[in-house]
Amino acid sequence: MTAPPDTTETARPELEAASRRAEARRGFLIALPSWFYLMLFFAVPLVIVFVYSFGTRTSTGRTTLSDLNLDSYRRLWDPLVGQIALRSLTLAVATTVICLLVSYPFAYFIATRRPVVRNLLLVLVMIPFWSNFLVRTYAWKVLLGSDGPLSQLSQALGGEPIRLLFTNTAVLIGLVYGFMPFMVLPLYAALERMDWSLVEAARDLYADGWTAFRKVTWPLSRPGVVAGSILVFIPALGAYVTPAILGGARTTLLGDYIVSQFLAARNQPFGAALSFGLMAVMLAATVVYFRSGAKNL
Amino acid sequence: MSAVGLRPKSPVERVMASHAGLVFVFFYAPILLLVVFSFNDNSNVGIWTEPSLRWYREVFASAPVMNAVRNSLIVAAISTVVSTVLGTTTALALERFRFRGQRVYDGLVYLPIIIPDVTMAVMMLLFFAQTFTMLEGAVGWSPSFGLGTISLSHIAFNISFVAVVVRARLGQLDPRLEEAAADLYAGRWQAFRRVTLPLILPGVLGGALLALTLSLDDVVVTSFVAGPGATTLPVYVFGLVRRGVTPLINAVSTVMLLASMVLIAVSLGLQRGAGSKVIAAAAPDGDATL
Repeated sequence: MTAPPDTTETARPELEAASRRAEARRGFLIALPSWFYLMLFFAVPLVIVFVYSFGTRTSTGRTTLSDLNLDSYRRLWDPLVGQIALRSLTLAVATTVICLLVSYPFAYFIATRRPVVRNLLLVLVMIPFWSNFLVRTYAWKVLLGSDGPLSQLSQALGGEPIRLLFTNTAVLIGLVYGFMPFMVLPLYAALERMDWSLVEAARDLYADGWTAFRKVTWPLSRPGVVAGSILVFIPALGAYVTPAILGGARTTLLGDYIVSQFLAARNQPFGAALSFGLMAVMLAATVVYFRSGAKNL
Repeated sequence: MSAVGLRPKSPVERVMASHAGLVFVFFYAPILLLVVFSFNDNSNVGIWTEPSLRWYREVFASAPVMNAVRNSLIVAAISTVVSTVLGTTTALALERFRFRGQRVYDGLVYLPIIIPDVTMAVMMLLFFAQTFTMLEGAVGWSPSFGLGTISLSHIAFNISFVAVVVRARLGQLDPRLEEAAADLYAGRWQAFRRVTLPLILPGVLGGALLALTLSLDDVVVTSFVAGPGATTLPVYVFGLVRRGVTPLINAVSTVMLLASMVLIAVSLGLQRGAGSKVIAAAAPDGDATL
């Protein structure tokens, strides 16, 4: 966030103020089309969902807004919702932790290569990341199927057939696979920017490799850890495609529960209240994480 | 994945190299397997019989698939162009100007990135339904859900992603370059077109490709706002996947993978090309017209 370039140097304050006003007007005009678009197609829809969450579902599956009430929010304390929320939260936390544990040494390895090798490895990370999420998730459905290649391999080796599809484990694998690049890239960026002479200095002062990592590398890479964790946690918590493809009837997560409230149960107020609950948890997680991250920096 | 270093390979280094190798296997094995099985003649996905192009012939002969491809391309083209323009102006306004209400606007721009897919989908569905009902009541006519609603929704989430990418590029740019142009009597617009735009072009192209990818990828928002007969490819494939595994999906998926490979190649090529254009623009007698 740099200050606007002051292109006109004038000695007279009133001229300066006038040019500043002109600049502000120009900035506002440039922002106006996208501001208008986001207001109409983002802010207004957000407000509509908020209003709907206080509405009432009629017997025909429509929503009436004539009598606004808190019923849908009261239903959020239903044990079934609690169960689904807990499952979603557990899976999102597990996904984030696994992604972090696997990605850190991986990103460290890439960041410490020669520039040519480093760029090549980065492109290799980006390729699956750019390919369609649905396709990548579907690939695991093929792999994990009970007559799929993994299962056949296991049986050929004299083991049991693999029955992972439609379980929480399958959803977890899908989430880790789908969101890992979101962890690798910020970690890589943080490690690559790091001043490695600080590590050398620590070693010069007789720190062993582990101490140097714990006292220098890890604290310096924390912004990447925080960014990566948020980038993985948030989409994992609201995931819809992965549980819909790899999960079964007993692995409903918040994302597909909201969708089913809208499309199958036709209970828009409850679905809207759920969406807002989900958003509240995400914003809270983001704030808490940033706070804790900032404290330890 | 050879470990390059000036010091001899330590055990830690060796462990990290093999770990990296395993991660790459994890990244690529499912994708490669899908490609291999798309050439399998068997109707059962998991059992290999013999290589054939049977499923590809079926994909290209399938009217619903081809229709979905056409819809995807139309939506992606519209939403990429509009969101790239609007996202770039957003980035410029936020990074280069100060105006009233800027902080609120700044927050508004980041919100679509944080908000989960599902919430975004719900928002757009209720918004369009509500608007169409009101239009019906007011003028007795209302548009219907279809490619229009899909494009409008995609633009709504793409603007933010483009803005973030372009803003990152603008942030690295030395504002003194624009000042120098102004000192040489370039107008505001001229300075932008001749200096700023060529320099941020890699960012703009990166943002555009991100928007294109997100639009071609989206399942959740699209399936909520798609009307009858206006299905995009991912939504169509999602329907197939949920109904059951058929080898047809393997072939469609492989084609989609191929399309994203082409996108990556174009992206890398364009950014390199953009770099040389910037150098040409910076040269004394270089023509900066793009």
